[in-house]
Amino acid sequence: MELNYFLLVAAALFCIGIYGLVTSRNAIRVLMSIELMLNAVNLNLMAFSNFLDPDDIRGQVFSVFVITIAAAEAAVGLAIVLAIYRNRDTVDMEQFNLLKW
Amino acid sequence: MNLSEGVQLVSFGILTFLMLGAALGVVLSPSVVYSAFLLGLTFSSMAGLYLLLNADFVAAAQILVYVGAVNVLILFGVMLVNKRQDYRKETGLLLRQLLTAVVCFGLFALLGAVTVITPWQIAEGVTRVDSSVIALAKHLFSDYLLPFEVASVLLLMAMIGAIVLARRDLLMEDPETGMPAETELALPERPRETVVSE
Repeated sequence: MELNYFLLVAAALFCIGIYGLVTSRNAIRVLMSIELMLNAVNLNLMAFSNFLDPDDIRGQVFSVFVITIAAAEAAVGLAIVLAIYRNRDTVDMEQFNLLKW
Repeated sequence: MNLSEGVQLVSFGILTFLMLGAALGVVLSPSVVYSAFLLGLTFSSMAGLYLLLNADFVAAAQILVYVGAVNVLILFGVMLVNKRQDYRKETGLLLRQLLTAVVCFGLFALLGAVTVITPWQIAEGVTRVDSSVIALAKHLFSDYLLPFEVASVLLLMAMIGAIVLARRDLLMEDPETGMPAETELALPERPRETVVSE
């Protein structure tokens, strides 16, 4: 087991998350892609914590914080999606042009 | 390679295959419900990877928070906005997906190159902490006490914000007569104009 394996897996997961974030048209799937990217970051933190800092596991503390923030983000994001869905009657990202000039 | 390393390598391979396959399914699957369930599979295999990295507490927290809370929340969101509709045709969608795929592959190549090139200072020796729960608790209640408390305040703010954002405005009295509304089960909603795109 090496550090590089975990970092490569995390990089692949992050890129999948970015692809989903840009291309998906359903607003809820965009939220799922953000969760994937946060998980990739978490995996990076845990790998560094285990391989570079095994005595003083600071990476695990940071990933606990990331999990906390991700839960809050999911709740607020879903509330925003629900509010937009009530106003616009769709979840298509292409039609969310409220902030466009 | 002794037995434990082989077992670790095989389980790492299986978990990685499961996780990346499920993540691709989340992004590419046509049905958003399948995406939500595959997201749960992704989170679970991620917890397995955490166990491989000697992090038992965070693996348990991952299962509890992600699979138990976030995934269920997303499923509820899917259920609440479940509208069967065909998306409007947009021009240049294929080109956009192609460009995004190229950019993502480029980013992956960049990250992979950085990962391989960088000489990591791998810690030698086997001075592992015996229990990650005790070490985490010591961190959380000494040098990371302030971020811990700030995170709790942030969770409270997120909870209130989510309730305020997702709440419907209910009318407790009839708008014509000013008397309390006669309702059986459904409370009337304040009429709200939908924003119409031009």
